[in-house]
Amino acid sequence: MPNNQTLLAASNISVSRRGKVILNSVSMEINAGSIITLIGPNGAGKSTFIKVLLGIMKADNGDLVRSKHLQIGYMPQKLQIDDTLPITVERLLSLPVKVSEPETRWALQQTGVEYLYGQSVQSLSGGEFQRVMLARAILKKPNLLVLDEPVQGVDFTGEVELYELIEAIRDRLGCAVLMVSHDLHIVMAKTDKVICLNQHVCCSGEPETISDHPEFIQLFGDATRQNLAIYKHKHNHHHDLHEQGGHQLD
Amino acid sequence: MSLAAGSAVALMTGPLGSFIVWRRMSYFGDSLAHSGLLGVALGFLLNLNPQIGLGAITFALALLLFFMGRKKHLSTDTLLGILSHGALSFGLITISLMDDVRIDLNSLLFGDILSVQLTDLFQIIVIMALVLGIVIFFWNRWLLMTVSEDLARAEGVNTHLLQLFFLLLIALTIAVAMKLVGILLITSMMIIPAATARRLVQNPEQMAVLAAAIGVLSVFAGIFVSVLLDTPSGPTTVATATSLFAIVYLTRALIEK
Repeated sequence: MPNNQTLLAASNISVSRRGKVILNSVSMEINAGSIITLIGPNGAGKSTFIKVLLGIMKADNGDLVRSKHLQIGYMPQKLQIDDTLPITVERLLSLPVKVSEPETRWALQQTGVEYLYGQSVQSLSGGEFQRVMLARAILKKPNLLVLDEPVQGVDFTGEVELYELIEAIRDRLGCAVLMVSHDLHIVMAKTDKVICLNQHVCCSGEPETISDHPEFIQLFGDATRQNLAIYKHKHNHHHDLHEQGGHQLD
Repeated sequence: MSLAAGSAVALMTGPLGSFIVWRRMSYFGDSLAHSGLLGVALGFLLNLNPQIGLGAITFALALLLFFMGRKKHLSTDTLLGILSHGALSFGLITISLMDDVRIDLNSLLFGDILSVQLTDLFQIIVIMALVLGIVIFFWNRWLLMTVSEDLARAEGVNTHLLQLFFLLLIALTIAVAMKLVGILLITSMMIIPAATARRLVQNPEQMAVLAAAIGVLSVFAGIFVSVLLDTPSGPTTVATATSLFAIVYLTRALIEK
């Protein structure tokens, strides 16, 4: 049973589609204020798992317990808003329910893009768009932020800044964060718990311990582990990481 | 009378057409419209009002597409291609086999806006009010769905239900608009005004309203020209809308240079 610190508890979630197992008995708890990062190779079921947690998809099996106070802010994988749809940032944040101008400005301010208020969505850069979507996610002052690949389509320095922003927002709002991510190097140091998913939970734990886990090494290779070690020693200098060939996993 | 009926249809197709453009569903509208011919033919065959046959078939097809679309065995455009031309062919064959009924195929395919009666006008206005009411009611949720289906579902929007309503409204609009522009041209009356409005607006609401206005303008100009030059009214209306589109795009291209 979840205690009052637990916002969301999923136990033994299983999903299969067309005879293919996507998730096999995955369990996870999210506690108030914590940062959890979900990693795993492509097709590991990360997005599916998040969709089940959000109620977008139904699990075939398993239980989901939500706290009464749970308020989720969700940022889906990078959206492609069709060029034929004219829409400004302000209007996008007022969907589906009208939000007042001060509230909208507040949210945009939190993510550092208040200057985009009246701009059309199609004119934004990748990083700006992700910040707008992040602002949208925090509009209702959630206690759980769910971010699916938040740095997709953002350049390298932008990535670091965006992760720092997410952490700053967590500190300011005191919300928990559940994040799906491909690239381990930057995320890991700021995460309380890393869950490595590949249909089932391969391993989970604090970032320092997880990279030594045999299944983790098998999944991501030893090179990644060594890169992580390098990163951990110099985590204030993201340029070093770049020079030493920090790479993203597919 | 024709002007009023045409305007009422344009007011519906403005906002609905905008959604069709945003959601890239013009081929879907086309398929529904083509299948309408089969509906009209069946209507005659069963001694029903052809418009009821038309409505029934487009509704049935919308439902079929809705459920088949959720299964995804074939890609949507393949599926639509099969249904669209299959239904059109079966419709044409059925009509050719009915010797005792005279059907004006030309007006079915291309419409005859000048033949609109007072009862037609009332019918169109009632349906227009219904369609616009539903569109306004669902507007924000449809819009969020267009931006992202996942986002909409995560925020508690029943996307399946909304999708179903959307398809049914398109079917309904096609059924009433067929008399005016015909089944081959009805989709163009949804798409062209919306596409013309796109370059002139900032927000979705502006686009829907402007698309409706451009539609009304096209109807007026189209009917005027068709009377003046004695050309068929349906194609003339569509040609007018297309010309407006070309003018707006060329002007924008010149200004932005």
